[in-house]
Amino acid sequence: MGTYLVGALNGLAMGSLLFAIALGLSLVFGMMDVLNLAHGAVYLLGAYVAVALLPDGVGLGVFVLAVLAAAAAGAVLGGALAAMTRAIPHHLDQALLTLGVALVVAELLSLVFGNDVHSIAAPAAVGGGVAVFGGTYPVYRLLVIGFGIVLAVAVYLLVERSRLGTVIRATVADRAMVAALGVNTGRVLAGVFAAGAALAAVGGVLAGPILGAQPGLDEKVLLLALVVVVIGGLGSIRGALLGALLIGQVQALGTTLLPQYASFLIFAAMALVLLLRPAGLLPPRTAVRA
Amino acid sequence: MRAGPTRTGTSRDDAPVPPPAKSGIGEAGDRPVSRRAVLLAAAATVLPAAAPLLLGPYPVSTLTRMLAFAVLVLSVDLLTGVTGLPTLGQAAYFGAGAYTAVLVGVHVTADAAVQVLAGLLAGLAAAVVTGWVAVRARGIVFLMLTLAIGESVHQISDTWSALGGSNGLSGMPPISLFGGPSLLAAGFVYWWVLAVAIAVYAAVALVARSPYGRTLRGIRDNEPRMRALGYRTAAARYGVFCLAGAVAGVGGALWAAQARFVSPGDLSFEVAALALLSVVIGGKGSLWGPCLGAALVLLVRDNLSASLGGHGPLLLGLVFIAVVFLMPRGLAGVLGARRRRGSGGPP
Repeated sequence: MGTYLVGALNGLAMGSLLFAIALGLSLVFGMMDVLNLAHGAVYLLGAYVAVALLPDGVGLGVFVLAVLAAAAAGAVLGGALAAMTRAIPHHLDQALLTLGVALVVAELLSLVFGNDVHSIAAPAAVGGGVAVFGGTYPVYRLLVIGFGIVLAVAVYLLVERSRLGTVIRATVADRAMVAALGVNTGRVLAGVFAAGAALAAVGGVLAGPILGAQPGLDEKVLLLALVVVVIGGLGSIRGALLGALLIGQVQALGTTLLPQYASFLIFAAMALVLLLRPAGLLPPRTAVRA
Repeated sequence: MRAGPTRTGTSRDDAPVPPPAKSGIGEAGDRPVSRRAVLLAAAATVLPAAAPLLLGPYPVSTLTRMLAFAVLVLSVDLLTGVTGLPTLGQAAYFGAGAYTAVLVGVHVTADAAVQVLAGLLAGLAAAVVTGWVAVRARGIVFLMLTLAIGESVHQISDTWSALGGSNGLSGMPPISLFGGPSLLAAGFVYWWVLAVAIAVYAAVALVARSPYGRTLRGIRDNEPRMRALGYRTAAARYGVFCLAGAVAGVGGALWAAQARFVSPGDLSFEVAALALLSVVIGGKGSLWGPCLGAALVLLVRDNLSASLGGHGPLLLGLVFIAVVFLMPRGLAGVLGARRRRGSGGPP
């Protein structure tokens, strides 16, 4: 029993990270139909920022600094991606462009950091374990779960209760109409793109002590984020949260019970959702459907 | 750029639909074949066939890999260029074909024809099983789903011990043909791969020019209109997905015939991305352009990469970005435009 509960906790930690990563992907797609294939590369950038700034046993302050640095780097890359995709009219070409950027960023990272597998230590202050369900569980992962909860609440307040959130939701639903009302949608889109990329990069730092950093990790994370977004419903924030929690659990239980079939389980979950609810579990409420 | 606020409208390409005569394949099909085209086709067949007589074994094996990769790229073009379904998942079917061919080679027979047939069936079966999920979507969502399918299959090949895990499968004996001796020389393998690749090209070209191919291009240009005209577009899209899976499976079997080894790297995201890149560089919808693109891309990855310190993908990524910005219709678009200008404008 204890194994399953620890697995469920692992899944919760994974779900928190996936929510941070998938949120930007989902919103960018919902608002401008841009599939950002460089999202995994942005995540990897964050992970390598952690590799560069975090030697073993650093204090909590340095860790927070690394998170902020990764957020800044992610926001810059996201802003650049937003500017580049806006210069191209077709959605497929935009996706291809982000694919090219993904290749370039991943190669630059492997050029700088080599092809070795880097592991990242959790900050010394939270590096220990606590007794949970009759075993020890890393404090750091509990903190990641806490981060996920805080992020979910903050995003809920921002999107559902603030004026900016109203504009964001309206832009997802009907961009042309929002522009006609005199809102500079271009600036909203660029801001969301940059914020989403910053979150993905932060996810990279926070996931560092769990997943490490290595070439190829960007694709795995991109795949997970895509599945989360498809399951939850494109452009839906609640959907991203639900999808992230689901996939986190599937991933954790899959690796505990059926390690050989873990990736197959994720695909099966996605196929099942698409079969029953083609628009995802929680499609955006505000979307106008033809 | 945005025709309307509807969600279904934005997931499709809403640019003004080009008249059918402008699409690469329709253009070639509607005109009587000129003498120059015949000469070009003859040269394109004879020159590659003579390559093993003129080149050493290493360049010939490089050409063999290009041909096998070009078959994969043809399958991507069939979906992306002809039908308008951008895919990042064809490497999965390519891998299914390659793994099946190696398994057949190790356990059953060294006969290359049987291996290609097995690869074709494996690619077809994998596409039949996974395709119904993918073809529920269009446009960018289709791209997403195929990417998810491709990565899932890649990770399965990476973890299943029956497939050798991350070490892949090796120890495949050299291929033979119709009960003959083993084909040890690179040139003989090349000729076999060339023959199959030409056959696949001809088959794909026939499909693209058939009424079914016209239906597919109609779906690419305006699916609701095709549906309103009474075409069963969902069935047509599922059909072309299965067909593309079979073509990719053949490509995988050809790849295995040359490499005699298969590993999860052969169906990674990078392979799928390079295949899509080849189609984009070559020109979506043209058939010869993407084949040229495949040769170029593989040349950069395998032959120039060493002189770039192993960072060929960096160059490819930059080329990718440049192509998207500068020549959205690819090599075929650029060369086609020049040819039209040269012959005094469109007829």
